[in-house]
Amino acid sequence: MSAREQWIAFMTLMVKEIRRFTRIWQQTLLPPAITIALYFVIFGTLIGPRIGTMSGFSYMEFVVPGLIMLSVITNSFGNVVSSFFGSKFAGNIEELLVSPTPNYIILAGYVLGGVTRGLTVGFIVTLLSLFFTKLQVQHLGVTIAVVILTSVLFSLAGLVNAVFAKNFDDISIIPTFVLTPLTYLGGVFYSVSLLPEFWQKVSLLNPVLYMVNAFRYGFLGVSDIDIRWAFLMLSLMIGVLFFFVMHLLKNGKNLRS
Amino acid sequence: MNSDLPALRIKGLTKAYDNGFQALKGVDLEVMPGDFFALLGPNGAGKSTIIGIISSLVRKTAGAVAVFGHDIDKDFPRAKKDVGVVPQEFNFNQFEKVFDIVVTQAGYYGLPRKEAEQRAEKYLRRLDLWDKQDQRSRMLSGGMKRRLMIARALVHEPRLLILDEPTAGVDIELRRSLWDFLREINERGTTIILTTHYLEEAESLCGRIAIIDQGLIVQDTTTRALLAQLDKEVFVIDTREALDTCPQLDGYGTQLIASHSFEVVVEKGQSLNEVFAPLTAQGIHVSSLRNKANRLEELFLSLVSGRTEQEEGGQ
Repeated sequence: MSAREQWIAFMTLMVKEIRRFTRIWQQTLLPPAITIALYFVIFGTLIGPRIGTMSGFSYMEFVVPGLIMLSVITNSFGNVVSSFFGSKFAGNIEELLVSPTPNYIILAGYVLGGVTRGLTVGFIVTLLSLFFTKLQVQHLGVTIAVVILTSVLFSLAGLVNAVFAKNFDDISIIPTFVLTPLTYLGGVFYSVSLLPEFWQKVSLLNPVLYMVNAFRYGFLGVSDIDIRWAFLMLSLMIGVLFFFVMHLLKNGKNLRS
Repeated sequence: MNSDLPALRIKGLTKAYDNGFQALKGVDLEVMPGDFFALLGPNGAGKSTIIGIISSLVRKTAGAVAVFGHDIDKDFPRAKKDVGVVPQEFNFNQFEKVFDIVVTQAGYYGLPRKEAEQRAEKYLRRLDLWDKQDQRSRMLSGGMKRRLMIARALVHEPRLLILDEPTAGVDIELRRSLWDFLREINERGTTIILTTHYLEEAESLCGRIAIIDQGLIVQDTTTRALLAQLDKEVFVIDTREALDTCPQLDGYGTQLIASHSFEVVVEKGQSLNEVFAPLTAQGIHVSSLRNKANRLEELFLSLVSGRTEQEEGGQ
């Protein structure tokens, strides 16, 4: 395929992915907005004032970046895993596989679809947060870079899950038993400095901690960790997952018999 | 472009699935440009595996496949451009609209949006689906779904169209209209390979027929040559009067099968004309005459069962 043809194939796939989640916005955009709005009401308005300050900020100011990141992570992952596995399950992934579209375009199309949904939900949640608190952005570049890289990483992770999945149980196990614990224990709701030293060290093994803290650093200028680690970790993990997904697509894992 | 290159050349193709099943045991096949080619075989013979390998959904174990000279090991994307596949099972998104399915497929082949829309309209019109363009595909009837898959396979205008049992579960009227459509695109230059269980379909449409059984090609010849191998045909004759005994015809085997019907076996070289005179002499009036079974079907069964017997005898 020429570069132009590849571009057309990429745009076709990406637009299809975006149209998919916008067409079913009641399932893809509305629920996370309602869930996060409830978090804002409960943790920010009702419980938050009793908690006092966290890292020098009101609890609502502290928790907003974490909740935005939580929604970006779950929606980036969820979009790719459900779309790709859905195509596998229905058989229409074959439309792509029989075409000359190269594997990296397939990867890019699905990942960009996931990133678009992750960022769209993130943006909606950010707008909602403005009803509850004033947002300040200390380091805009860091904020944008971290949210995009995180969304790319979890879109890739969603693709890995979808490739391996053989039934609908397989696409709910990872989000339930891996993704949710990692995000909830990744500093979304608290500063790890509150934890005993041992658990602080254990928390440092959680990659989500670095992403949430780097993102919070972009907003508030405070972080439990050195944000350079976050960028290094994000870059490395994206690199590893990119090559892993390419390997899976090349070998046709669960796609070609 | 060298027009002498085969549309499809398969050499020594083998496929062993992970569970150890040897689906293909060294298939050699050549389909020339412009051919209307039938690939026949019983269930599990390896037809769909061959199609899967050509379309990249199945990974071959060994052997070589080239589409219009493009080796799939060296440049599969280029080979894929020349191939359109209509699978056996419906494999489109049931929630997508008919028009979108076809346009999206064109996009995966790198066709600009405007051209893709024009082509989608062209093929949806030709397959009588244009008035369904805005419908979600799950709302279509079975026949329409099959036509949608044909439109989708043609939208990038491949030189080789492969159809895996295209008329399975399709009513007779639609089957005939699909045959006309396939004949038309074949006459316009598209090479067609189809697998089918309807042997009448292969006999009616295809100039060449290959028979595959247990992962091997057991016949690969013209339809005419294949039919010439028939050494006998069985006809069913219906009579106006009820028959108490089976009519006796010199040189022809006969068998009573119902009160108004009997079978007559016509060997190669014999003529049907010589059947009617003795019947008239016996006061029997023929009301209708038909083949007992599809002629090709008889040959097909004899070829496949002959192989089975050989294998069993060799054990």
